[in-house]
Amino acid sequence: MPARFGVVVFPGSNCEQDCHYAARLVGAQAAYIWHQDTDVSKYDAIILPGGFSYGDYLRTGAVAKFSPVMDAILDFVDKGGLVIGICNGFQILLEAGLLPGAMLRNRDLKFICRYTDLVVENNQTNFTNKALSGELIRLPIAHNEGNYYADEEALGEMAANGQVVLRYCDARGTVNDDANPNGSLQNIAGIVNRQGNVFGLMPHPERAIEDVLGSSDGQMIFKSMISAVSK
Amino acid sequence: MAVAKVYVTLKDGILDPQGQIIGKALKTQGYDNVSRVRVGKFIELDLAGETPEKLKKQVDKISHDLLSNPVIESYTFDIQEEA
Repeated sequence: MPARFGVVVFPGSNCEQDCHYAARLVGAQAAYIWHQDTDVSKYDAIILPGGFSYGDYLRTGAVAKFSPVMDAILDFVDKGGLVIGICNGFQILLEAGLLPGAMLRNRDLKFICRYTDLVVENNQTNFTNKALSGELIRLPIAHNEGNYYADEEALGEMAANGQVVLRYCDARGTVNDDANPNGSLQNIAGIVNRQGNVFGLMPHPERAIEDVLGSSDGQMIFKSMISAVSK
Repeated sequence: MAVAKVYVTLKDGILDPQGQIIGKALKTQGYDNVSRVRVGKFIELDLAGETPEKLKKQVDKISHDLLSNPVIESYTFDIQEEA
């Protein structure tokens, strides 16, 4: 039986169809979950897609965390279910406290929409098990608040537990400030929680799943998730 | 009826590019004595039907849970009773 992916739709989400398409492209079943739904137990994995949930009012993700579906997702996470938050989905996971840290406005105050080079720093996760260690991938970013911040203690804990999964780098894989698009601390682009079942990333894997789109590197993430839930 | 005025500010040490740009703009206009600008949010709430202690508790919870993100922001508020 194919893996069952649920894609949450908030008012203002705008990447849900791309996520739905990406999940099916790599062989999963996909269905939409409305933000008012209160039961997500029939899914193997849940995608919080990008967009501008609730208009990004107050702070990105701040209002979405109070959606009825989020209680069901907290429960789903408690039981070990896989959740991936992409862009605005990542911001929601941070606001909901499912991942450590917070997002600030990009350091140059501009909305950035372009491809980035990324290094897969941890390929032993449920979301990157199809990547090689240190593999370089190319995925697009499109955000105004992607400047990742966490305090020293949280950064130390993440480093000790291998929770930093993706970092922005240059085309050769060097992680430095020139390759940092938005000012994120330590070039952090994607992190997992300590239990390893919640992943947040600012780049959009669902926008890079076919060569005609410029890159198919995003497939790796969805294929890794399928592999993880098919065990 | 009471009015709560909530001020949400970025914690010290959190990058505030908006504040930096405003600071630079002030410099170019000759305000050399301005050494620091930090941008925050001001939120006004009209509330009713509670004792002052309960109101204070409620506004504190609202400020902590929704109006601010404790990872990067702090808040203060004052509550004024209105006739």
